[in-house]
Amino acid sequence: MANLDDLYREIILDHYRSPRNRGELAPPALRVEGFNPLCGDEIVVYVQVEDDVLADIKLTGHGCSISQSSSSLMSAAVKGKSLEQVRETITTFKQLMTVHESHLSDEGATPDEDADIRRLGELAALAGVVKFPVRIKCATLAWNTLIQALDELPAQA
Amino acid sequence: MTSFDPQRVRTDIPLMRRVINGRPITYLDSGASSLTPRTVIEAMDRYYENHHANVHRGVYQTANEATAIYEGAREAAARFLNATGGSEEIVFTKNATESFNLLARSWGAKFLSHGDVVLVSEMEHHANIVPWFQLRDSHGVDVRFIPVSDDYRLDLSNIDELMRGVKLVSVTGMSNVLGTINPIRELADMAHAHGALIAVDGAQSVAHLPTDLVDLDVDFMAFSAHKMLGPTGLGIFWTRAEIMEAMPPFLGGGGMIKDVSLDGYTPASGPTRFEAGTPPIAQTAGFSAAVTYIEGLGMDNIAAYEKELTGDALTRLALEFSGRVRVIGPADTLDRGGVISLDVDGVHPHDVAQVLDQFGVCVRPGHHCAKPLMRRFGLAATARASFGPYSLVSDTDVLLEALGHAVKMFG
Repeated sequence: MANLDDLYREIILDHYRSPRNRGELAPPALRVEGFNPLCGDEIVVYVQVEDDVLADIKLTGHGCSISQSSSSLMSAAVKGKSLEQVRETITTFKQLMTVHESHLSDEGATPDEDADIRRLGELAALAGVVKFPVRIKCATLAWNTLIQALDELPAQA
Repeated sequence: MTSFDPQRVRTDIPLMRRVINGRPITYLDSGASSLTPRTVIEAMDRYYENHHANVHRGVYQTANEATAIYEGAREAAARFLNATGGSEEIVFTKNATESFNLLARSWGAKFLSHGDVVLVSEMEHHANIVPWFQLRDSHGVDVRFIPVSDDYRLDLSNIDELMRGVKLVSVTGMSNVLGTINPIRELADMAHAHGALIAVDGAQSVAHLPTDLVDLDVDFMAFSAHKMLGPTGLGIFWTRAEIMEAMPPFLGGGGMIKDVSLDGYTPASGPTRFEAGTPPIAQTAGFSAAVTYIEGLGMDNIAAYEKELTGDALTRLALEFSGRVRVIGPADTLDRGGVISLDVDGVHPHDVAQVLDQFGVCVRPGHHCAKPLMRRFGLAATARASFGPYSLVSDTDVLLEALGHAVKMFG
């Protein structure tokens, strides 16, 4: 049985209560909005990219503890990273949020998945979300919005 | 003579035996859908086991039986609503939403034109808003809103102004978010005095209050079977026979015609004109059983009992959380049903509902398809608990216990 403690890890509650990188960035920073029409969660992601590095990121919006903490954890994980590293982190996180049989059984993750999860650092706290499939959309909202922002970046000369 | 015992209703409902996360289910989502008594399930089983056939087609025995079941449900609906025109005034749809679409696309498209006003309220479900916006786009009608006051009631202080140019008033009998019960008869008198018609969204009200179309004096009524102990997949649309006669068909296809040739078609007369294709037949068997069951409980008894439950819950919610849990809806039980929307300080409704689920408590988080109302009160969502005739004070006990846990957890 999925336990509530799997979902609401202390790190998640901490990021919910004290979100990191909260605020706005002025242009030329890119501004992208994300919505979850089902629950009304909204997020705005501001990204400042300099020389293929995600120099700064800020977030505003409102939503549940999972969407808010996930956006906060994401901002901490990608800030200051090269765009290539950011994309890798996104890919690993999205894999974590994919429902595999192993995630839903009591046997836990495979060794490979364990390695991936370790690489995610604090973000791994969100691993339990996958046991609550309805909440996966909450956890991925900020990430999908960030993907959209990266896609909208002007092509490098 | 009716008898009412919520404990007895509970034993009639198989789903009440469910254990969720190690606890007996505490079902507080009747506003979204009510639980189904065994007699309703059995009526549908009997239909499939003994009488299944398409309706209005065959001449063979079971086809006649299926048709009798289907048409019998119209009689049940007419009796339940006290529709003096009888079964000829009952149209079966897929749900209350489709009933509103039928109203807008058939009656609305024929009788409303550019500049005519449809007056709805700020507390409507999207089902009673979006079809009117669609009619605005296609026919240029204006959609106007009766505001909701700070005490969660319709603000009728400016109603004469609001009524200017109105051809149809369309309001809910009971808000699915606030629990507010609206003064339908008063609104009906006012609409008629201005030469307008009135439609009522009965999705919530018919399941929790006595509904008498003669007393209410309304012109249209829409509701669904699954919120009144019946099955999903069946909506009801009622209007007076003389209005229905003037309404053109909405959906086209088999079953709704008198004749079709290479040149065109002639629609059938009566309610079948609006029932294109094979209708939900088994659901009508279940609906008739639900009406019989609910009549046995007595709508007056249900209303009085749910009022008690609601009063108890409102009092305890106000006492136990020292202001951290706010009820979005009237604070007392005057003209108020058993829908209790909660705003928990510092805890998002989704998180509230998630914690409650751990205690086997089923509540609904979200905007409840009433986004204009949410905006009115500056909310994105609420966590909504709603009662049915099988709810007990002990359900409120578990709700409060689980809420206490949520409040503590998010500190």
